[in-house]
Amino acid sequence: MLKMTGIAQRADWQAKLPSQERRQAGPYAVFECYQEIPCNPCERACPRGAVSIGEDINHIPQIDYDICNGCGLCVARCPGLAIFVVDENHAPGYGKVLIPWEYLPVPENGQEVVAVGRDGQELCSAKVVEVRRAKGQDRTIVLGLQVPVEHVNMVRGIKLGGEDNGR
Amino acid sequence: MDLRRISEHPILEFEDRPVIKFTFEGQSMQGRQGDTIASALHANGVMVLSHSRRHHRPRGFFCAIGKCSSCLMTVNGVPNVRACVEQLVEGMDVRRQPATGGELKW
Amino acid sequence: MVNIDLLIVGGGPAGLAAASTAAALGIQVLLVDEGLNPGGQLVKQTHKFFGSGEHYAGTRGIDIPQQLCRGDQENITIMADTTVLGCYEDGVITALTGEEKYFKIKPQRVIFATGASEKFLSFPGNDLPGVYGAGAVQTLMNQYGVLPGKRVLMVGAGNIGIIVSYQLLQAGIPVAAVVEAAPEIGGYLVHASKIARAGVPILTRHTILSAQGDEAVESAVIAKLDENWQSIPGSEETIDVDTVCLAVGLSPVVDLLRQVGCKTKYVPQLGGDAPLRNQHLKTSLDWVYVAGDVAGVEEASAAMVEGRLAGAAASAELGAGAEAQEIIAQCQASLDSLRGGPVGEKIRSGITQLEGGVANA
Repeated sequence: MLKMTGIAQRADWQAKLPSQERRQAGPYAVFECYQEIPCNPCERACPRGAVSIGEDINHIPQIDYDICNGCGLCVARCPGLAIFVVDENHAPGYGKVLIPWEYLPVPENGQEVVAVGRDGQELCSAKVVEVRRAKGQDRTIVLGLQVPVEHVNMVRGIKLGGEDNGR
Repeated sequence: MDLRRISEHPILEFEDRPVIKFTFEGQSMQGRQGDTIASALHANGVMVLSHSRRHHRPRGFFCAIGKCSSCLMTVNGVPNVRACVEQLVEGMDVRRQPATGGELKW
Repeated sequence: MVNIDLLIVGGGPAGLAAASTAAALGIQVLLVDEGLNPGGQLVKQTHKFFGSGEHYAGTRGIDIPQQLCRGDQENITIMADTTVLGCYEDGVITALTGEEKYFKIKPQRVIFATGASEKFLSFPGNDLPGVYGAGAVQTLMNQYGVLPGKRVLMVGAGNIGIIVSYQLLQAGIPVAAVVEAAPEIGGYLVHASKIARAGVPILTRHTILSAQGDEAVESAVIAKLDENWQSIPGSEETIDVDTVCLAVGLSPVVDLLRQVGCKTKYVPQLGGDAPLRNQHLKTSLDWVYVAGDVAGVEEASAAMVEGRLAGAAASAELGAGAEAQEIIAQCQASLDSLRGGPVGEKIRSGITQLEGGVANA
C-alpha cells in the first residue's frame, strides 16, 4: 500500500513506536523512514547519539529510546521530512506533535489550524503551540501542534485553507 | 502586471528586479532583469510562441533549457532564436515567426 | 587554439566536482558551461540532499555549487555562456562563447559532464502550450520566479515527478494528481509521503490519455491501466488542469561523445544510450572521460562523486601523484556505498553492461 500511494498504514507506523511504557515517560521521536535509501544525516543530527545507521548508509535508522529525549533537533535535519516528535502527555487530554513545515504561510504561535493525517484528510482541530526557526534548521520550520491525545500518531500535517490539491 | 510572478517563497528569495520594457508582436510589454524572453512572455500570460507548419496548431516551450526547439521566435529581426535561453534585453522586438523559420533580413 | 591540460564540458555537479578535484591536484583546468551561471540542475534543487556527509547530505542543492567549486580557485578557468559545438578525432574541440566568439581547444584530456535531457510521451494534445517537462517547470519556478500555471497534473512518480510536485506546492500551485503507469512509486517513499499528506493523490497504474484545449491545456484525461499496461475502458477521468508536467525519465546527452567516436550502448536502466567506460570513467577513447548523468542517469550525489573520480583519474594520467590514486579509491568506495542498497540495484545492473567494454588501467 505504501509503495503504491506513499501513505504508511497502521502496521507500518506502529512498528516504529517505542514501548507503551516509554511512550508515557516523555516525548519521543518517530522515524517514518520505511525504505532503505542511501541517507544518514539523522545519525549526525542527534546530539545524544540516539540514532544509529552505521557503515552501510542504506540501513534504516534505529532509535535507542533510552537515550532519545524527544528534543526534536532531528526533525528539521531529515532531508525526507520523515521525522516527527510525539508527546503523549502535553496537557490533560492533549498530546503534542512536532512536524516539519516548508510552506507559506507559516502559522503563528497560538493559531488554530486543521490537522491532517498521512493521507491529507482532515482529522481534528489543532493549536499551534510552538514555531521553531533556528538557523541550523536551514529554512525548515518545526511546528508544535497541540492535538487531542488519541490523534498524536495520526496527525502528520496541517491545512491552512486555500489548498486545492486532489481531483 | 506581474500576476504570474512568485513574490514570496518558503525557501527561495525573489527580490524585486528592475523592469525591462520590450515589445511582443508590436505591443508593449514588461519583463524583469534576469528573465529570458520565454519567462517574460509567460509571466505576461503569453503561452503560444508559434504555430505548427501543417495544421497551424498552437505551440509553446517544452524543456525551457534550449534543447528541444519548441520555443523558436524572431528577435530584433533575427529568426530561430531560442526564446527560453535568450536573455531579455531592454527594447527587444519579439515576434512569432512562420513555422518554417522565417528569413533573416540583412 | 587553446591548449590546456584538462577540459571539462559541463558545469553541473559532476563537472564542478571534477574541476575542483583536478585543480587541487595541480592540473590546469578549463571548465565550459552553456549557461550564464554554472551549476547545472543544482540551481533548481531547493530540497535537502540525501547520501552522507561527503555527498553534501542535508544541504539544499541550490547551496552546493559554490561549495563544490569556487570560480576563483587556483588552476581553474570557468567560461560560462560557452557552448561546445563539436568534438573531433584529431583531439580538437570547438566552442562558441556568446553569439560571436568562436574558438578551438586542444586538451590533453577531456571530461564530458553534459548531463541528461528529458524524455517525452506520446498522447493526443502533447504539443499544446501547457505541456512541459518537469525540469522546465522547475526552471520557470525556481530560476525565474514565474508561476507555470494554476493547477497541474504530474505524469511520473519517479524522484523528479514527486520532488517537482512538492516544489509546485511550495510555490503555491495545487497539484491535482500524480499518475504513474507502473504498479509502484519509483521515487523515494519519503518524497511521496510528503505530497500525500498535503492531499495530493498518487495514482499508480494510471496514465494520461490526452490533453485537451484550443490554445493551451484546459483539461487532461487520465485512465487506469491493466496488468498489460493497456488502458481500461470506462476508467477514463477528466482532470481540471491547465498544466501537464511530464516527468517520464531522462536520457544521457551523448551527442558529442558519439561525434568523436566513443562507443555507446543502449542501456534502459541508465536512461538510454550511454558510453562504454572502465572503472575510472574512461571511455573507449583514451583521452575522453565521462562523469554524471551522461555516464548513466542517476542522481546528483553520484554525479558529484563521479566528477571527483574522473577528475582524479584524468589528473593521474597528467602527472598528479599518489594523492590522485587515493581519491580514486575513496570515490569508488563512496559510489559502492551510494549504490549498495535496494534502490541502487537498477544502476548497478546498468553499469555492469557498460564496464566490460573498456579495459581498466
